[in-house]
Amino acid sequence: MAALIELAGVYKIYDMGAEKVHALNGIELLIDRGEYVAIMGASGSGKSTLMNLLGCLDTPTSGSYRLNGVAVEELDDSQLAAIRNKEIGFVFQTFNLLPRTDALHNVELPLIYAGMPRRERRERASQALERVGLADRMHHNPNELSGGQRQRVAIARALVNDPSLLLADEPTGNLDSATSVEIMELFDQLHAGGNTVVLVTHEPDIAQHAWRRVNLRDGMVLSDVPTEQGGAAAGGVWATPVAPESPPA
Amino acid sequence: MGDPGGSGEPPGLAVVVLENLRIALAALRANGMRSLLTTLGIIIGVAAVVAVVSVVQGLQHLATDVFEGVGANFLHVEVNQDRQRGPGLIAKQVKLTAEDAQAVREQVPGIRFFTRIAAGSAQVKYAERRHQPGSVMGVDEAYQDVMNHAVERGRFLSRLDLENHRKVAVIGPKIVDKLRLGRQPLGKEIYVGNLPVTVVGVMETKGEQLGTDLDDRVFLPFGTALELFGRAAADRIEIDVQAETTAQVDAVRDGIRRLLRRRHRLAAGRPDDFRVIVQDELLKQITGFLSGVTAVVGGVVAISLIVGGIGIMNVMLVSVTERTREIGVRKAVGARRRDILLQFLIEAVALSLAGGIVGLALGYGLGALVVAVVPAHLPPAHVPAWAIALAFGFSAAVGIFFGIYPAGKAARLDPIEALRYE
Repeated sequence: MAALIELAGVYKIYDMGAEKVHALNGIELLIDRGEYVAIMGASGSGKSTLMNLLGCLDTPTSGSYRLNGVAVEELDDSQLAAIRNKEIGFVFQTFNLLPRTDALHNVELPLIYAGMPRRERRERASQALERVGLADRMHHNPNELSGGQRQRVAIARALVNDPSLLLADEPTGNLDSATSVEIMELFDQLHAGGNTVVLVTHEPDIAQHAWRRVNLRDGMVLSDVPTEQGGAAAGGVWATPVAPESPPA
Repeated sequence: MGDPGGSGEPPGLAVVVLENLRIALAALRANGMRSLLTTLGIIIGVAAVVAVVSVVQGLQHLATDVFEGVGANFLHVEVNQDRQRGPGLIAKQVKLTAEDAQAVREQVPGIRFFTRIAAGSAQVKYAERRHQPGSVMGVDEAYQDVMNHAVERGRFLSRLDLENHRKVAVIGPKIVDKLRLGRQPLGKEIYVGNLPVTVVGVMETKGEQLGTDLDDRVFLPFGTALELFGRAAADRIEIDVQAETTAQVDAVRDGIRRLLRRRHRLAAGRPDDFRVIVQDELLKQITGFLSGVTAVVGGVVAISLIVGGIGIMNVMLVSVTERTREIGVRKAVGARRRDILLQFLIEAVALSLAGGIVGLALGYGLGALVVAVVPAHLPPAHVPAWAIALAFGFSAAVGIFFGIYPAGKAARLDPIEALRYE
């Protein structure tokens, strides 16, 4: 079985008029189903660009990106939207919830664009909120929730479509350290439950939760190593995903 | 794990449309005052359309009623007012004389009833009570039959009254009231101008038509009226005629035209200096006038709808900017361009339709107010279903037309930049 993510010779070049900025400079990366990967790098290393690319918000200038066997660079705008809808769950640093809209409806959002009927949508959205421990906050608007709760809602939204890939961009960047730990524990659980998790961070202790760490510099992969976690769990064979447990009903 | 390869069915458009409706209504509610101000142009435009249409429609109903009264065989001959306005001082006085009328009566076939009308104004007086009637008309004995307007009490003017220029009058019920002639007006002597006449009949009540009170009239024998108005009045009369059958109306009209052209010595190619109006032409004239009014107001309305539309475009552009981040989030979780386009388009249409609804209510109220306030007895305001459909159609069209640009702008936003927007 092919890897979930296959990046081969990926370049992303921004034409800034006078000069061309090579945000990604020939990335090669394979990520299998069930992996837990942290992407690290200083600002300007290309990690945000890579994140946008992995999330199908953008396409490479050259090179190929296969997600679940689909060549993403060949897709048009609405096909990209469909991939984002079905295959990817985003978690952002700033949560990006819709204001004046309760948690349940926020979580329903991807299902709406999937065209799912209301009743089914509600049921799945409430299940997702239960999974992140917010069963009692479904009808609260984001401004009535704490930062950690907001991020949980965002995670529920990311999970609700059963995506192939959970993509988190500095998910704890706006949270205090205690809440950060809670959120990272949630990601650990989701990974243990069989989800593929990729997180972008510049904090080493957040990256420690992952099993594999990819360091970027100047748009290239500088290093790609198992973390202590990954090394310990996989007995040194870090690239092999753990057998997924069945997710809680 | 997830659905194998995703389900094959296309995403339900209805689901997205419903979501967009929900968003649109929530936005309307959230920005109540802004929405109201934005749609003011639409409100005014639609209100104006509805108010004018309601009044004009009422008038049109009335015009139809009036001419159904005189019937389809009716013809009216008068001096062509347009021809009178010649160049400067040398404009020549156009005439339609009693002799012309005599010729029409004698030479044009197919005429069943015929009356000359010499209309003027004069004060009426009875026992120091004075009144200025709507008009004083010198007519022939067939006036009743030509106009379908009968005497109620006493008698109408007779052939003998006409031949002998008798000093008798038939008056409308309003005159009876105004001069307080009491229950027995017949036989009383009143003054029309300086002419003493005896009341021989009172007309039936007809009420007002197109702002003219048909009950506020005095009828004199044609010759008697000329004595009152002076000889010049004989040169500018009107002729009203009933053709024998509807089929003959055109022949009668052509006959009158040929005869009068010959009598007025009009060379071929020169336009008529008189006008023969048949019932449906009269109706057409009035309808034409009303259409003119409607067209002018329509122009004003078009401008106000454009202004309203620009207001909507403006506020939608603001809304797109305010919600850039929201658009980014929606795109990130799978909204396609067309979903976003639809969202803002629906919002724009909801905004302008809300304006349309308010405008409709306001316009209807305004129409009713005009009818209530204007002294002339206007018919009740009448808003036809097509006007309502038009109002909604117009506001929806304005919403779509002026909403498409902001919506397109929203739809084309790059999700990455939208998510980064502060």
